[in-house]
Amino acid sequence: CVMGNDWMALSPCSKRNGFEYPDLSQHNNHMAKVLTPEMYANLRDKETSSGFGVDDVIQTGVDNPGHPFIMTVGCVAGDEETYEVFKDLLDPIIEDRHGGYKPTDKHKTDLNPENLQGGDDLDPNYVLSSRVRTGRSIRGFCLPPHCSRGERRAIENLAVEGLSSLEGEFKGKYYALKNMTEEEQQQLIDDHFLFDKPVSPLLLASGMARDWPDARGIWHNDDKTFLVWVNEEDHLRVISMQKGGNMREVFTRFCTGLTKIESLFKEKGHEFMWNEHLGYVLTCPSNLGTGLRGGVHVKLPNLSKHQSFGEILKKLRLQKRGTGGVDTAAVGGTFDISNADRLGFSEVELVQMVVDGVKLLVEMEKRLEAGQSIDDLMPEQK
Amino acid sequence: MASTFTRMLSSRNTAALVATLGAGTLASGYLLSESGISAADKKKLYPPSADYPDLRKHNNCMASALTPAIYSHLRDKETPNNWTLDQCIQTGVDNPGHPFIKTVGMVAGDEESYEVFADIFNPVIKDRHNGYDPKIMKHPTDLDSSKITSGVFDDKYVLSSRVRTGRSIRGLMLPPACTRAERREVERVAVQALAGLKGDLSGRYYSLTDMTEKEQQQLIDDHFLFDKPISPLLTCAGMARDWPDARGIWHNNEKTFLIWINEEDHTRVISMEKGGNMKRVFDRFCRGLKEVERLIHERGWEFMWNEHLGYILTCPSNLGTGLRAGVHVRLPLLSKDPRFSKILDNLRLQKRGTGGVDTAAVGDVFDISNLDRLGMSEVELVQIVIDGVHYLIDCEKKLEKGQDIKVPAPIAQFRK
Repeated sequence: CVMGNDWMALSPCSKRNGFEYPDLSQHNNHMAKVLTPEMYANLRDKETSSGFGVDDVIQTGVDNPGHPFIMTVGCVAGDEETYEVFKDLLDPIIEDRHGGYKPTDKHKTDLNPENLQGGDDLDPNYVLSSRVRTGRSIRGFCLPPHCSRGERRAIENLAVEGLSSLEGEFKGKYYALKNMTEEEQQQLIDDHFLFDKPVSPLLLASGMARDWPDARGIWHNDDKTFLVWVNEEDHLRVISMQKGGNMREVFTRFCTGLTKIESLFKEKGHEFMWNEHLGYVLTCPSNLGTGLRGGVHVKLPNLSKHQSFGEILKKLRLQKRGTGGVDTAAVGGTFDISNADRLGFSEVELVQMVVDGVKLLVEMEKRLEAGQSIDDLMPEQK
Repeated sequence: MASTFTRMLSSRNTAALVATLGAGTLASGYLLSESGISAADKKKLYPPSADYPDLRKHNNCMASALTPAIYSHLRDKETPNNWTLDQCIQTGVDNPGHPFIKTVGMVAGDEESYEVFADIFNPVIKDRHNGYDPKIMKHPTDLDSSKITSGVFDDKYVLSSRVRTGRSIRGLMLPPACTRAERREVERVAVQALAGLKGDLSGRYYSLTDMTEKEQQQLIDDHFLFDKPISPLLTCAGMARDWPDARGIWHNNEKTFLIWINEEDHTRVISMEKGGNMKRVFDRFCRGLKEVERLIHERGWEFMWNEHLGYILTCPSNLGTGLRAGVHVRLPLLSKDPRFSKILDNLRLQKRGTGGVDTAAVGDVFDISNLDRLGMSEVELVQIVIDGVHYLIDCEKKLEKGQDIKVPAPIAQFRK
């Protein structure tokens, strides 16, 4: 066929830089802030060895302009190599998202629960439940935005094999999403364990919901205090939780369980994606480092109405969410309070911040209940 | 050393290899496995059976046709634009379908998809288009609207008449696959051509990105505005990427000729007007299409077309003519007659609600259009709609007078 146009003379899928650069004029996310036409031109012809390109990295950020108040990340990794091949784009995003974390900084991993001080005495009259979650990626496999069905199933097999050999308090069972009975499904919903096919366009646009529900599932121990999600937003999401305020116990179980799972994987010749700069490598740059969100559901009806509530949280390096999780609103003065950071602090350090911070928040709540001032309790910036 | 590893990796999986090496060499094993294998080699670590989708709960044409053998044969192929089978079928894997409605379940990423993946597209086309076999049959294209007879309906029954089709610009990838640059090029080529239309066809373009609030409201009031697709059938195929970049609507000043740019296809072309003058609607349709084609030819472009599949569009259901000619018609009595569906079937017509596909009828007004797209020409299909709608109105009138109606004999499917 005749192509009478210079543009088309280049190649069947030629991509002239100027015409390929996304229109980010309406956008408010980290990717849009950082990606200049020049940077895009330099990255456009790169690809990781599994074929993940810059357009794949940024698609979710292009498709989701974001919100004036909430700054989303706007990009994802398709494999471990993404963070290396596209470092020109990802390093500044990481720096912006993780409080100034530099490309030369080193991240410390500390999963020794003995190093946590206290944490077993948060007042259960206020602290309704405690929970710690993180993610883990299995080295050598592509991440959820990019993996093939074969890879995803291999990850599921590895996870299920490993988890099925856990003993004692970690003995449990796997529920594959596609084989679940109605009864099992209802139980998992009642336990607040079941995860659904993502509906958030942030996730859908990145391709991580492909082939749903193939190779997705939930594993939990018989005690229902240790839970693993397989092939949702990351290869594995690991959650330790229980009612009440004994965060120490939750964190101890978390570390013990994670360490056991890691050694089981190593026995089979697999390891988690980790390096000394980025810590644990996950799909979303926001979860790098520890990937850890440690938090509580806590009743703060008085404190939450206080004009300095936001400022106090900021100083304590904590974040509030509704009890439905991210992007939900608080119900009846009960908040989900967790660490705001992920990278640049160790697991122990982050959980320590939560433990110390929540203790202070509860104290403030009690003071306000009694009609007393909290001025002398105001914290320094951590 | 790299070649030894590559050879070993191609014959057993990474896990076995790394385990054999032992913990001490994990790091180097990783480095070689990550930087030493290409994407193609990595894929071959998994046999096709490992990647074959689980289609047991699925009811779509792709799932009915895609055997493990076909998948295995096609998995590692790519079109010249590097489009793969997995990309074609993703929408069908992600959307199991409905027991009553059989969707197609796959899309093309480029013109070559229909060729490179013919082993799956052909059975799907056969299933969807009532036995049409692209390997041996030829599709007739006929846009000579002068051949139409009796093309005007009674306005008391027919409220509006409409003909739509799609056209793809050869050389540019289709909406599931195109890059932003290609999509913008489609927009540029189309808008440039449309700017050359004159007389009753002259009009203007409204880009979705630049539209003012006022323009948007006007387009909504005219029922011209299309939204970002929300149907997972479309979003899972990737055609909503980068929305609303390079999407827009062009229409003539008289609001009777309308082009959608970069929605589900490169272009969708619509001719419409109130009332029952289908002949005039189809005249304008053919005239407009031919004129647009002439204008793009001037600049060295052409539409995707071949003699087996006719006009090439994103979804196999729209191959051939890509044509849906229809009316909004009031049939209060006939629609309640138990023979209504059978009459439509035999006339090779389809009913929809007045909101379009997947909507219900409101107040006895139905959208009646041709069922077929491929294997019969545009003229033939529009004539079928005209003859069929005359028959339906006739039935309605008979029922009004208390007379009985007859179910017509089924008409032939493909041209003899």
